[in-house]
Amino acid sequence: MEPILKICNIGFRYGDKQVLDDISLDLYPGEIIGILGPNGSGKSTLLRLMDGVLAPQRGELEINGKPYDRLSRKELAREAAMVSQEQHFRFSFSCIEVVMMGRFPHLKAMQFENKNDLTVAMDALRSTHALEFAERSIHDLSGGERQRVLIARALAQEPRVMLLDEPTSFLDLKFKREVFRLVSSLSKEKGLAVVIVSHDIDLVSQYCNRVILLKNGSVYRTGTPEEVITSKNIEDVYECPVLVDQNPLSGRPRVSVR
Amino acid sequence: MNNEIKIKGILTPGKVISVTAIMCIVLVIVIVLSLVLGTADVTFKQVIGLITGAVTQDDPVRLIIFKIRLPRIILAGLVGFALSLGGVTFQALLRNPLADPFILGVSSGSAFGAVLAITFGLSFSLGVPVMAFMGGLLTIYLVMSLGARKMGMESSTILLTGVIVNAFFTAIIMFFISTSANDRLHTMLFWLYGDLSQSQYTQLLIIAPFLLLASIIIFSYAKHLNIITTGDEIASQLGVNVDRTKKIGLLIISLIMGLVVAFSGLIGFVGLIVPHLARMAFRSDHRMLIPVASIGGAIFLIAADTLARTIISPSELPVGVITAFLGAPFFLILLRKRGSQWSRS
Repeated sequence: MEPILKICNIGFRYGDKQVLDDISLDLYPGEIIGILGPNGSGKSTLLRLMDGVLAPQRGELEINGKPYDRLSRKELAREAAMVSQEQHFRFSFSCIEVVMMGRFPHLKAMQFENKNDLTVAMDALRSTHALEFAERSIHDLSGGERQRVLIARALAQEPRVMLLDEPTSFLDLKFKREVFRLVSSLSKEKGLAVVIVSHDIDLVSQYCNRVILLKNGSVYRTGTPEEVITSKNIEDVYECPVLVDQNPLSGRPRVSVR
Repeated sequence: MNNEIKIKGILTPGKVISVTAIMCIVLVIVIVLSLVLGTADVTFKQVIGLITGAVTQDDPVRLIIFKIRLPRIILAGLVGFALSLGGVTFQALLRNPLADPFILGVSSGSAFGAVLAITFGLSFSLGVPVMAFMGGLLTIYLVMSLGARKMGMESSTILLTGVIVNAFFTAIIMFFISTSANDRLHTMLFWLYGDLSQSQYTQLLIIAPFLLLASIIIFSYAKHLNIITTGDEIASQLGVNVDRTKKIGLLIISLIMGLVVAFSGLIGFVGLIVPHLARMAFRSDHRMLIPVASIGGAIFLIAADTLARTIISPSELPVGVITAFLGAPFFLILLRKRGSQWSRS
């Protein structure tokens, strides 16, 4: 199988600060990759590079066989969709209006959404179990409900790659679980390739096929959760003493702070 | 697949066109009412007669209607339209429902030009508007080049630069006002509070085409504006060219503000109240908001100006006094009622 997203030796600097150095990665359809690492290790920057909002100074990215620098913002938004951690809406929009914004990259400048766009948006809301609040104001939703609407908006872009930047950081346990379960079932059903940046090591361990552990802007380890999430690796990267054992439910590695 | 929940709220071109048509009908009614009202007695019948051509050539009523009231009403309409369009656009671009179209300092730059022109005794038909427009252009140049060069088009930087430029020009204006001769003082103050009484058809012919062009361009960015209100980075992720949209929007609206201020002075609150009401009625989709608020602005300012010239007749007030007089309490009531929900508009 051909990778949907290819990252080749990319490097990124903010001014003098080298944020990411020599990162390479192939992402395949239907796969969920978790990116772990302490604050400032370059996780979010890597995700923004994958979304094309930032451009690397060195190296190349390719999505669906096309290099990023040859694609317009709209074309990129049809290939990759981002779900950010928390979004503040200052203006009042209904949930369906928010999800319809995901159709923007598919529409011409003056074009209105048609029946097909509405169907796509409704299906997206249905897959994230958010159909019931379609016509409610985005302001009236709880954090977990809003996150489901934002995932629906990303789905409405009909992307091949979905990028999630700490999608669960403001959510309680129930909604954290819900978001990870949702993303994992979407990736299975639609063959979506998913990249999640998260501080929830246990959830990443449980739901991701592959894990990338970043330290100071470089890949420290990459592989299956079992290969990457070991007490030595976690202690080295997070500089915090931990105990890693096996989660009795999933059989995946589980991290406890010592 | 059947959608188990029927969506009624999706926006279609048909909805936008029918709401716009209704707004236009209201506009025409307000214009006719405003033609009838005034110091000189004009009856409804005479106005209708004039429109249908039933009244003779040298009728004095004809003079009042076509030479005095109509150009003033049209100017009020165009200015109100522009101020509201500017308000809606700036509020979206700066992600702030309370942004004023004057917020980037175009108004004070124009006012500076106008006050300068009045000080040197230039005419109201040419000198004052030209100087005001130049002043507005100077401000746009300052704000755009200082505020938006290095840091990209970040909202808070642009806002801050606008505030600073505003303060600077206000200081210069105060200097001119305090040193000017008494006979010019009244003219200056009247201008600063918004004055539509100097209207001439030539001015209308200058403003109208620019305004039409500007509103078409802004409307073509309506979907971009919707998404930009949810955040610059998110807009960029969704495929919006944020920097280009901001540059085009800020530039076009600033130019229009400069043009409008040049002919009408500083009329506050229109660009705040009308978009706010429009958002309360039609939520935040700019494809609906732009036509509704713009035409609503025209209606509002025609009504306010009619009040301004009739309320203490035969004398008259600057229209800016009326809009502020209505606008300030309106906002206080909203603030009390909505409290922390303010930004939800």
